[in-house]
Amino acid sequence: MSDPQTHIEGATVTELVHDRKQISMLIDQILDQAESQSYGSSALFAVRLAIEEAITNAFEHGHEKLDPSTPIHVEYAVSEHTIEIAIEDQGPGFLPSDLPDPTLQENLSKPSGRGVMLMQAYMTDVHFNDTGNRVKLRYIRPSES
Amino acid sequence: MTDSRLRISENDGITVVEFVDRNILDEANIQAINEEITAVIEQAHTPKLLISFSNVDHLSSAALGALITINNKIREKTGQLHLANIDPQIYEVFVITRLNKLFNIHDTTDEAHAAFAG
Repeated sequence: MSDPQTHIEGATVTELVHDRKQISMLIDQILDQAESQSYGSSALFAVRLAIEEAITNAFEHGHEKLDPSTPIHVEYAVSEHTIEIAIEDQGPGFLPSDLPDPTLQENLSKPSGRGVMLMQAYMTDVHFNDTGNRVKLRYIRPSES
Repeated sequence: MTDSRLRISENDGITVVEFVDRNILDEANIQAINEEITAVIEQAHTPKLLISFSNVDHLSSAALGALITINNKIREKTGQLHLANIDPQIYEVFVITRLNKLFNIHDTTDEAHAAFAG
């Protein structure tokens, strides 16, 4: 049974290997669907950035000690009001609360550790499963003022 | 040999770097960019680098990481790094990560040129 916090109802499900062309094709596919639902450029920018960070984390950290051909699992659903993407790797997982705050003065010159905070900054919400090997990104279209 | 992902030129003792790609997201490309700029830094006694983002639509945290590594290497050689022409959406990424406090960022390459000391 999938984790309720990171479950996506009616999602398109696919596997993705660590290949730039395939990664770009999948992201373009998700963004094309979002564009056809009239999401604006700031939404598309935010979603692309968050997916890129989640996929990079899955392969670079989650699969660091696994065979490079090991695929990650991606689910997504684009609707009129919401874009949801879940990315699950086959690694041991991590605790997001263990990550140091990259915006602290003492961490500004460190070259890594900004992926999760960018996902959180650009998405409406970000949930990890208890193992920490699956993340769900959710973007809710802002209501028109 | 792989094609360079950068356009590099010299102007009044300042090395100007521009990106060929609109998206700086791919780990392998970022690694190549990092290595190419590192070679420029290593060749210079006191490196003066201006990186223009005029072509760039998207960058990832890995690209920010490469910029930080480049900045650290330039500081080790008491050089100077200035960034320019950053798209407003990308500048927002610098603000969110507070890297706008770490880097010298200018609206245009002319302003960046004028900001180099010495």
